Formats: sequence, structure tokens, C-alpha cells
Amino acid sequence: MTYGQLIHIPRSIGLIFEPDTRFIATTARTIWKRSLKGTVVTTQTLADPAPTVLADALLPSAEPLQLIDPGGRAGRNPGGLTLPEPAMLLELYRRMALGRRFDRQATTLTKQGRLAVYPSSRGQDACQVGAVLALRDQDWLFPTYRDTVAVVTRGVDPVEALTLLRGDWHCGYDPYQYRVAPQCTPLATNTLHAVGLAHAAQLKHQDEAALVLLGDGATSEGDTHEALNFAAVWQAPVVFLVQNNGYAISVPLAKQTAAPTLAAKGIGYGIPSLLIDGNDAAAVYSAVRACVERAAAGRGPSLIEAITYRIEAHTNADDAARYRADSEVQAWLARDPIARLGAFLTAAGLLGEQAAGQLAAEAERMAEGIRDRLSQDADVDPAELFAHVYTRPTAALGRQRAALFAEMEESGR
Amino acid sequence: MTGALSVVAETRGAGETRTGGADRAVVPVTMAAALNAALADSLAADERVLVFGEDVGTLGGVFRVTDGLAARFGEHRVFDTPLAESGIIGTAIGMAMNGLVPVVEMQFDAFAYPAFEQVTSHLAKLHNRTRGHVRLPIVVRVPFGGGIGGVEHHCDSSEAYYAHTPGLRVVTPGTPSDAYRLLRQSIDCPDPVVFLEPKRRYWSKEQAALTTDGPAVDRAVVRRAGQDVTLIAYGGMVDTALEAAEAALQEGWDVEVVDLRSLSPFDDATLAESVRRTGRAIVVHEAPGFAGYGAEVAARLTEQCFHYLEAPILRITGLDIPYPPPRLERLHLPDADRILDGIARLQWEDHA
Repeated sequence: MTYGQLIHIPRSIGLIFEPDTRFIATTARTIWKRSLKGTVVTTQTLADPAPTVLADALLPSAEPLQLIDPGGRAGRNPGGLTLPEPAMLLELYRRMALGRRFDRQATTLTKQGRLAVYPSSRGQDACQVGAVLALRDQDWLFPTYRDTVAVVTRGVDPVEALTLLRGDWHCGYDPYQYRVAPQCTPLATNTLHAVGLAHAAQLKHQDEAALVLLGDGATSEGDTHEALNFAAVWQAPVVFLVQNNGYAISVPLAKQTAAPTLAAKGIGYGIPSLLIDGNDAAAVYSAVRACVERAAAGRGPSLIEAITYRIEAHTNADDAARYRADSEVQAWLARDPIARLGAFLTAAGLLGEQAAGQLAAEAERMAEGIRDRLSQDADVDPAELFAHVYTRPTAALGRQRAALFAEMEESGR
Repeated sequence: MTGALSVVAETRGAGETRTGGADRAVVPVTMAAALNAALADSLAADERVLVFGEDVGTLGGVFRVTDGLAARFGEHRVFDTPLAESGIIGTAIGMAMNGLVPVVEMQFDAFAYPAFEQVTSHLAKLHNRTRGHVRLPIVVRVPFGGGIGGVEHHCDSSEAYYAHTPGLRVVTPGTPSDAYRLLRQSIDCPDPVVFLEPKRRYWSKEQAALTTDGPAVDRAVVRRAGQDVTLIAYGGMVDTALEAAEAALQEGWDVEVVDLRSLSPFDDATLAESVRRTGRAIVVHEAPGFAGYGAEVAARLTEQCFHYLEAPILRITGLDIPYPPPRLERLHLPDADRILDGIARLQWEDHA
């Protein structure tokens, strides 16, 4: 048996392996091999390079793929990504503007004590919106606690979405109504749920894909490793989107990994990966869309690393000045995803002052609605403490419930 | 047995159940064979049921509990997974969210610990987290306990970890016929169930017809009626308790043996009735006694039966040590003698 026979070759890469070399990796233009006699890495240019996304490349590009640059001009490295239609570009802009206003309103409500805590996603707007708009109705979203804007963009009622952070209940929406899993607090555990749900769809011959959101920190967790591995073995229709925002609370990426990029990890599992500019909404939309279509076509999972930045602290309880310089934040503010797409649309004649004004007014109305609804005191029901522990409360829980109600009546709690 | 695919019946709470068990003759059956039959019948009865884990496919499980299932039901229903326990439970959760009924295997008790976060933070809590919108009718089969000469990490009694987690049901069979009944009931149950299989009893035989008729998933069963003392046991200790009860006759003690079956929820009604009647109780388990499951049993029955008790409720358990190596495990595990010594300590001075 030769090494070539031992290596699992992705179905879509039609390469022939000589028995005296060992396959290392492939990108759109290059095959990397290692000689069995030594450790010399050789490269070879493919005669007919295919676009990155369509080639199912196991290794990402060296530079992030980008459709629109920070100045709002055509991106320098589109790879195989397709620029969305104007209507979608306008919708990406609109949803990002609404999402930003939502994020600001939630931060304010936290300062006012109306929310217990709020992890802001400001700066990650392109990922939050671009990824969600790329989903089809039948697809599922598996978000984390920092993805409330994504959850709202998917259509979840803002107050239902904020139920967790308001402290009323652990999850305020019906996951089946929106095809949005509860926001995941223990990081990376949602990756396995997404893989399982996607694999079930495959077993049931249902055309559904799952998109799971995770951060740079979560890629260090064992569950992420297991999820990528299970997804690849099962060829599950799932897309992993790593929002690499530079920090896991305070710990920078350099202390999280020694990999050249997080997207580069895909090859270890046999999963095609993309490295993209996570502040370019057009690139995020196009990349996620391509991977969802890939999954729907039965071609298995994908891994996307989106380079972005968390402008705010981890939460309102965090002091980011303890671990990062203000100059770094300022540099990222200059790469703002909304301003970038706005400049592109304005230059293209797709966004005028009137439309911008209407959008600002729409955002204010939305924020006012959230403010009004959340300024009322939460209506929590002590009976719910016992109602959902099991599908039917046990006899013992029934007795505890009665005892608690008696205690409340006696003490006036 | 029927090969027809049909959606399984609704769940049952307390009381008797009929889940449509197979009509079988009374034959000798081992616990491993009874579990295998339960999996086969559930797979045949409900196309949503899947069986997966490590080595459960082609090999049929390291204890052969899944023997022949992959061949009969196909790789899409019964399959091997990568070797990763958190991955097995985590993906089972996703599959259940999408309408399937996974029955997964953790190969040995101590090998289930990598899945602890998925079990305690998600499997147990997603239903509660989503106000009942998400149901996870998952069964986690865990071969547990010692007595088989297993080396380290193969003999843990991990029931207390699971029983301490609200949202999980924890059950364990004591006999082959109940292994069949309890596993089918667990698969039909809409709550997540940790199903603990006493390894040392996999090969014990019983003359039985396999059926789901009988006590519900959350009920304890009196295995031997008696008047003087209630021995409370579960899993692998049920037979040991019955052996002790027989030996106790020679000492003049008429011992009642109750098989808990369901560790969580706890069948207060059946246990309190027995202990009030006998006035004495001992709870038996292999696991270390300190902060063990028996502590909860002793405490809650003391609270419920204090005025009926002739003596403190005792615990006869394993030692408070890490599970010992095979050549020393006999010193750790409770046996009939240790149980009889316990019975002797139950303040019999006033006994007529």
C-alpha cells in the first residue's frame, strides 16, 4: 500500500498522488507535498486554477478574501466570492444599521439596569448580519451569547431575544419558530449541536443546513475539535463561522493558538476552509452563502474564519483598557463595516441622503419600541421554576412547588 | 415481533404501562441479550430511533449489547462514531432537536466523563431553558460499576453525578427482564435518561418473557417481601441484597428487598410505605458512601418515616477510595456478609 492510497482525498479534488510523496495540502493554485525521503516541501502550480470557494480548497488563502475594501472600493482579493446583487447589498447595509442601533440600545439599557448584562457585537456587524442573511428559511442558526444582533436579524423578536440578558428566563424564544437555537453560553458546545442537527437532516433527507457561530477563543475548546471531526466524517451540511475578533475576553489570539490562521485548522479535519475579511459584509454574505449551497448540494461541511474586531469591552462588566491599547481600537474603528458598505453604495449611486435619513428614522423607531417594552418590569412566574424541568413535573417537584408557594404567601416574597 | 415502522406511543408518567412489548415465550435470557432485544424492538417500532457510539456497529459493542443491530437495521440507524464522548452526546442533542431519538452508548462509566458538560449543561437543561419547546428524548447507556475484575477507569459507579443533576432521569435495572422493560420505557420517555447497566449482571440469567408490561419507568419494585428490615438496592446490588436476605433467614430476620430501578426521580411512595412497615432500612451501593446516592436515600426516608423508625437508616457501601485494582476489589465491594453485619447493627435489642 502506498501513502497515496492511505490518504483520504476529498471527493472534489481530483489529484493524483505519486507514491513517493505525501500529500500535505492544496490551495487554489498550489499542491504541497512532502517527500517521503526527507522533510522538503515542494509546491506545484495547477494548470487550471479554480476559484477558491468552488475548488473546495482545504487550505485557505494566505490573505483574507475581500469584495469591498475599507475605503468602500472594490476589494483586492475576491477569490471566488461573488459580489451580491444591489438589492442584497442594500439589505445588508440596512440590517447592519438596525443591528448597530439595537446594540447601542441594549448597551444603554444595561447601564440603566434594565438588562443584567450585554455582550456587545459592535464592530462584528458584518458577520452578525451577513452570515444570517445568507441562510435560507429552512436552515438553522446556532448562536452564542455575543450574537444577539444575529438572532434579531434572523427575525427573533428583540424582547424575546433579550429575555436571557434581562434575566427573565434562560431563553425567550421558541427555537423552532425561527430555527434559531438558544444562545450558547458555554463556548463551543453549540458546535456539536449544529453538527447533530445537520446530520439528522441528512439522515431524514431534508434540505437543511446549520450555521454555527463561534469565536477565536472557542476554537481552543475540545468540543470544536470534536465537532469539526464529526462533521467531516459524516459530511454533515454544516458551516462553522469563526468570528475572530482578536480576544477571548482579555486573552489575545497569540496566546490561543500557534496555527498560521484559524481557518488553516480545517485541513486537519479534511474540511475546506476560507479566510475572509470579517468587516466586509459582502464577503461574509457571499462566503457563507457559497458554503450553505455547498452543504445543501451534499458536499459536506465548511470552515470560515472571519477577521473582525470587538470594539466594546467583553461586557459592560469588563475593562478592556487593562489588556489592549486605545490606538488598536481606533485603527479598527477606521475599518468600520457599516461605513465601508455605505461608501461603496454611495459611490455606486445606490444610497442617497434621503434613503439614509429614512433608515436612521427606522432605526430610531425600533430602538424606541425596545426601550418602551423593556422599561416595563419583567413579568416572571415562580411556577415556571418547576414546570419545565421534566416534560411532566415529578411528584417531588410538585411538593416543592407547593412548599415554595406557601413560603411566599407567609413571607410575602 | 413486528418489523413495521410506526411512531411510538406517548409518554407515560406514573402507574402501569403498556408499550407494546414483544410476545415471547418464557426462556432463559441474559441481561445483555434482554438489552439487545429491547434495542432491536425499539428500532423496529420507531424509525426515529438511532443507536450509535464507539464500537456499537460492526463489533456489536464491547459487551455485545448491540450485536447484530447494524446488520439488521443498516448503517444509517446503527453506527460507529469517532472516539469522542462529548461529540457523541453533543451531536445526539442536535439530532434530537431535529426529531430523532438517539440511544447512545458510553463504552464504560469513567469514559463518559468527557461528555459531562454536554450532559449536565445541555442534555439536562435544554428543555427547561426553552420552556419546554425543545425536547430531548435521548437515552445514554452507560455500563457501570465493578465486580468484573476491570482495571482502573472501567468500574466506576457514577450515578451520584447524574442523579444530582435536575432534568435527567437516572435508571438502572436489577434483572434481565427488567432490563428489557426499563430500556424500552427509557427510549419511549420524552425526557433524557441516563441508563446505567450493571456490568457484573450482563451475563446473569433469568427465566422470563420479555415484555414492557409492568411498573412504569419511575417506580421502584419490591423484589422480596419481608417484615423486619427494608434493604434498598439498585443495579448490580439487587442480587447481592437478595442473597443477603436469604442468608438473614438463618439469623431470624425477615428481610424485604426493594429494587429502586429509578434513582431519579425517587419513588418516595413505594419506599416510604416499605420503611414505615418494617421500621428499619439499609441502603446498599457499590459507590463510595461519602456524599453518595445512599446519603440522599437515608436522609429523605428519615424525614418521611422518622416516627416509624426503630433505628437509624444505615448505608452499606463501597469504601471512600478510588476504585481499587482488580485483586483488591473484593475488599471494596459490599457483599452479603457486609450487608448482614449492617442488619445486625440495627438496634434489635427491643425486637420481640
